[in-house]
Amino acid sequence: MSMPFYVAPEQVMKDRADYARKGIARGRSLVAVQFAGGIAIVAENPSTTLRKVSEIYDRIAFAGVGKYNEFDQLRIAGVRAADLKGFSYSREDVDARSLGNQYAQILGQVFTHEMKPMEVEILVAEVGVAEPDDQFFHILYDGTVMDENRFTVLGGDADAIASRLEATWAPGLDLLSVLALAVAALAGPDRSLVASDLEVAVLDRGAQRRSFRRIERAELPAFLPEA
Amino acid sequence: MPFFAPSDDPGPDFAALAKIQGLAPIAPLSAVDDRLRITHATTVVAVRYVDGVVMAGDRRATSGNIISHRAIEKVFPADRHSGVAIAGAAGPAMEMVKLFQLQLEHYEKVEGSQLSLEGKANQLGQMVRNNLPAAMQGLVVVPIFAGFDVRRETGRLFQYDITGGRYEESNFATSGSGGSLAGSVVKMKFHEGLTRDEAVDLVITALFEAADEDSATGGPDMVRGIYPVVATITLDGFERVLDAEIAERFVGLLDVLASRDGGGRISETATETAGGAL
Repeated sequence: MSMPFYVAPEQVMKDRADYARKGIARGRSLVAVQFAGGIAIVAENPSTTLRKVSEIYDRIAFAGVGKYNEFDQLRIAGVRAADLKGFSYSREDVDARSLGNQYAQILGQVFTHEMKPMEVEILVAEVGVAEPDDQFFHILYDGTVMDENRFTVLGGDADAIASRLEATWAPGLDLLSVLALAVAALAGPDRSLVASDLEVAVLDRGAQRRSFRRIERAELPAFLPEA
Repeated sequence: MPFFAPSDDPGPDFAALAKIQGLAPIAPLSAVDDRLRITHATTVVAVRYVDGVVMAGDRRATSGNIISHRAIEKVFPADRHSGVAIAGAAGPAMEMVKLFQLQLEHYEKVEGSQLSLEGKANQLGQMVRNNLPAAMQGLVVVPIFAGFDVRRETGRLFQYDITGGRYEESNFATSGSGGSLAGSVVKMKFHEGLTRDEAVDLVITALFEAADEDSATGGPDMVRGIYPVVATITLDGFERVLDAEIAERFVGLLDVLASRDGGGRISETATETAGGAL
């Protein structure tokens, strides 16, 4: 009978984390930014059919980077959890914090107990009645939850993108200016991104009920600064 | 958070998901209406016109001979381009509407695209079919479904029976105890190319005449300011007609009816006139 080699738990966790980080870094990044009229989510995504950003509930959006099949499975589970909760209680009882916690539980569970961690980083964003009520829950592959404000960046190049946003973001911007700075932050100094590289959606603060609105590829050029 | 193996994944079907989670209602084992008086909702009507469809429902709910609610609503948006109107046992009907609305929204969110109008009509048919065991015990729900078909660019109407049979109607659809009365009025006056004004006046007239003959259907309550719910569904979506407009149209209708008699009021039935002459 062969004896398995002893591997220190620290090493196991480190290997898993490295594996997940590598997987995530291979994909392209995404930003969610607060503005006067709501929250804008901008993802670098050349596909028009495989979405990174989608609707979960009336005022809640989901965004994921990394391995598509994994974050899409999480997205559908989130829609199900939200719709079931709204059905058995009330629509106003569905909130981003509870969804974020449930996601964190699942990602944490998978990270420690499964063969392979999920190679994803996800965002649950909820638009509030006023800007201070907006919520961003940024959840990592190991279940770490970060409650962020103003804006959040997901993906491999997050630090550089976040520092560019930090320099340009200001409170109370309108949609066009916030999209311009989000796209510039995603692109960085050496590249420029056009409509066909992007997926954009908005959580509209003033909406009556369902606030999620996708800005389709065809209408996107009107929202972006002239290249 | 619900996760499923690929083999038993409910897909975009919320009703199936709710059932797995134990949220589906169970049908009663014996007739309910024998012992308990069930609240019933009555007359609803939908008519096609040039821009789409108009749907309307009276506001009365009854339990036997008692009026249980004077201001119940029976016409609901199903999603942006369709609406559902209910008749029958009020409790299960409301629940069906709630489940149907969520079914459409859930499909749209999970799949990333909307169901076709035909698909929505079939979904509602399945829900009515699933209610058959409860209907056999007295909890009958018979909705009508109407919407603007954005692919065909026209209004479409669907009527159902308690077995979930789905019948597409070309011009108008009705349901409920006063449904056939309202239907006769619409049938007499319907013509191709009705305008919005004509269509709204037509459904109001139909509901008025139904309420005149059927005690379970409520007429306009001018004392309390309660008027039928009327909504239009066009390319621009589901839009409820404001109560102020309905009130105004009822005043117009009463003027027309009163002027027919010449005496400045709506005539009683012919029997009284005959009795007076004797």
